[in-house]
Amino acid sequence: MNQLQQHIDTSATEKNIWEILQTVPDPEIPVLSVLDLGIIREIKVQEDEVEVVITPTYSGCPAMDAISIDIKLKLAEHGYKKIKITSILSPAWTTDWMSEEGKKKLKAYGITPPILRSDDASDRKIECPQCHSHNTKLLSQFGSTACKALYQCNDCKEPFDYFKCH
Amino acid sequence: MDKTTDQLINYTLHLADTTLILAQRNAEWCAHGPILEQDIAITNISLDLLGQSRNFYQYAAVLINQSASHQNKPATEDSLAYLRNEREFKNLLLTELPNGDWAQTVLKQFFFSVFQSLQYEQLLSGSDEQLAAIAEKSLKEITYHLRWTSEWVIRLGDGTDESHERINKAIEFLWEYTGEFFIPADYEKNIEPGITVIKEKWLQKIKEVFEEATLSLPGDVYMQTGGKQGIHTEHLGYILAEMQSLQRTYPGAEW
Repeated sequence: MNQLQQHIDTSATEKNIWEILQTVPDPEIPVLSVLDLGIIREIKVQEDEVEVVITPTYSGCPAMDAISIDIKLKLAEHGYKKIKITSILSPAWTTDWMSEEGKKKLKAYGITPPILRSDDASDRKIECPQCHSHNTKLLSQFGSTACKALYQCNDCKEPFDYFKCH
Repeated sequence: MDKTTDQLINYTLHLADTTLILAQRNAEWCAHGPILEQDIAITNISLDLLGQSRNFYQYAAVLINQSASHQNKPATEDSLAYLRNEREFKNLLLTELPNGDWAQTVLKQFFFSVFQSLQYEQLLSGSDEQLAAIAEKSLKEITYHLRWTSEWVIRLGDGTDESHERINKAIEFLWEYTGEFFIPADYEKNIEPGITVIKEKWLQKIKEVFEEATLSLPGDVYMQTGGKQGIHTEHLGYILAEMQSLQRTYPGAEW
């Protein structure tokens, strides 16, 4: 195989893996894929070995171990045999890496997506995912998972999760 | 093993032990918090600290395995957390103190979070890339801890007579365990620019929040030391007994 051919094969494999990863859901928020979350940083293909580089959302996120296993299983289903998952910490994950598609899916699921860039300190009202009112209040910076804060709508009174800017 | 590596391992273990022990303490509130939201908040902080300690332990294990002659089983994050004895733990004394009431718990976390944010900012510009990466990741989480604990100190200090009295009791009890933060252990002495220089910034931040909380800084008191060298209060043994009993009784148990 000449070098050019090898390069084409490698990038085709890479593209295929990105497509497969689109079908691996986050175990705690299953409407989001691991790609939507922005935690897949790189895919390296070398001969028959595939390396997927991931970064954790929060240091203590218990979903990370499950995500690594899910990625391995899914790639194995598609015939990949040698799979290596590497975790890197820097640059640290930010919600700025979440896909626009992912944000839409979150909202439809009943979780308000992060509305600001992580470096934007301005105070904006969080929208209620049920009735779309902006008349809401923060109940707690800490919610049902590390990545969410707990809010309540002052109009429809529903409590809801907000995926906080991070 | 050369001296520099030995120091780096001990320093990494100090960072790991400190976050693990405070995580374990905060987790004691699980299902006992004053209200559900605050129960979730303190255990979320616990989980963040636990994740940070795992990152440090994993790194310490790599360093130990690279430098040790492999007579023993290789070190892992689990063996470092579950199979070391009291005298080997290098956590800050503050982190092992009992939770007491809610005031004591949040004040303990507040003193630590202010210190942790300053210490990790230093690590960012330090010479060790992996410690800098762990610090970078952790700092985003510490921002929440700092905000939450500051709010609680203000709420309790500037609250009712009862809450004011309780947080003052907590200050009186915890203050003597904060001096140790800024006295470098042998293994910390080569860490530049060093923790002595952040003392003023720490005091400044505590003062700011205390002022808003209508609280005052205590005067000079005798400061306890020893945690960084493995000399602990009587409380650490009980924490380890509870935390390690499963691995000690059933070595290698998994679920």
